[in-house]
Amino acid sequence: MIKKIVFQLVFFSFLTFEKVFAAESGGMPQLNPEFWFSQIFWLTLTFGLLYLALSKLILPKISANLESRKSQISDNIEAADKQREESEIKLTEYEKIISNSKNEAKSIYNQAREKALKDINAKKDILDKQIDEEIRKAEDEINLLRKDAPTKINKIAIDTASELTKKLIGAEVNNSNISAIVNDLFKRDGEKYYGN
Amino acid sequence: MAANPMTQFEVYRIGPEIKIGEFDISFTNASLFMVISSIAILIIFNIGSKKNSLLPNKLQLLAELSYTFVSKMIGDTAGSKARPYFAFIFSLFMFVLFCNMLGMIPYTFTVTSHIIVTFMLASFIFIGVTIIGFIKHGFGYLKLFVPSGVPAVLLPLIVIIEIISYLSRPISLSVRLFANMMAGHTMMKVFGGFVISLGIVGGWLPLSFSVALTGLEILVAFLQAYVFAILTCIYLNDALNLHH
Repeated sequence: MIKKIVFQLVFFSFLTFEKVFAAESGGMPQLNPEFWFSQIFWLTLTFGLLYLALSKLILPKISANLESRKSQISDNIEAADKQREESEIKLTEYEKIISNSKNEAKSIYNQAREKALKDINAKKDILDKQIDEEIRKAEDEINLLRKDAPTKINKIAIDTASELTKKLIGAEVNNSNISAIVNDLFKRDGEKYYGN
Repeated sequence: MAANPMTQFEVYRIGPEIKIGEFDISFTNASLFMVISSIAILIIFNIGSKKNSLLPNKLQLLAELSYTFVSKMIGDTAGSKARPYFAFIFSLFMFVLFCNMLGMIPYTFTVTSHIIVTFMLASFIFIGVTIIGFIKHGFGYLKLFVPSGVPAVLLPLIVIIEIISYLSRPISLSVRLFANMMAGHTMMKVFGGFVISLGIVGGWLPLSFSVALTGLEILVAFLQAYVFAILTCIYLNDALNLHH
């Protein structure tokens, strides 16, 4: 409500203000030459002083400000570029160091691995040799036993046969005859029993 | 209608009558607003150029944007040769702009709505540009009136037209600004009068028009200052770089 009153007051004051001047006007005031010379004079004075003040005092300062800012910004950009280059160089150095140490670690690992393999192989060879020796010894023993076995068995067979014949028929039989028979049988069927 | 829309352009004396010989150079309301505009420009640009911080504050930004704006305008239209006239065109643009803008404040006086003011500015530019042209090119400056590639039969006619168009430059330049300012302010006053005569019931429509017109007039105030400055640049370009 107060706003409205103030609003109306403003516009009514406008009205009264205009009424004061409305009476004395007629046509375009611009074409009334009464104050032309005054306007020319004051325009020349104010615009001239404005031009002098701007061109001598203010515009050079603004231009210097702009220039200094430009140069400062370009300097900063230059410095930033430089730092970036430096950091890139450092980065490549760092990467180089890392790759070098990686390679070193790899070679150390490989060496250790080869050494370990070599050790294992050597030990394995020694063990193999020992095992072979044992096996050979055992085989030799077996072979020896096997070689002896037929003669012993033949002897047992001959003794058994002579004992059996004595008990069965009560007569002495010549051992040499029996051994001839056993040998004969051994020759014929020995293969079957011993599988040599 | 109660109020005469032309009374706002009335010039009246402030203080005593001052005379130099026959001539009356009394301080008037027009003089007052010329002084206010100049002082406003000087204050704003002085504060705007005082501190040189890397990150500008508002006034510094305003000053520097105006500087680069006018500088770019001159560079685009008149080239690098117009560099020495930068200060003049900058002052001209700012003076016209501030006079136009101050005129948009209610109860103020619009300096540029007076034909004598705009005509003085325009004729100063016209005479200055013509002198620069003759200094730079001698009588070769007259080649401006003889466009190349025109058939000989048409040449006299074209030359006359060119001379007339050249001589009418100060008139067109001054009348453009003066008429725009006067028409805008008259129209706003007329709509303001409608608001009063239609009262609280019907006054809202012209009031809304008045509000819209204020926006338009602020645009026109800027645009006319820009046009005034850019036409000066174009005339200067003709004088500096003779293209014909």
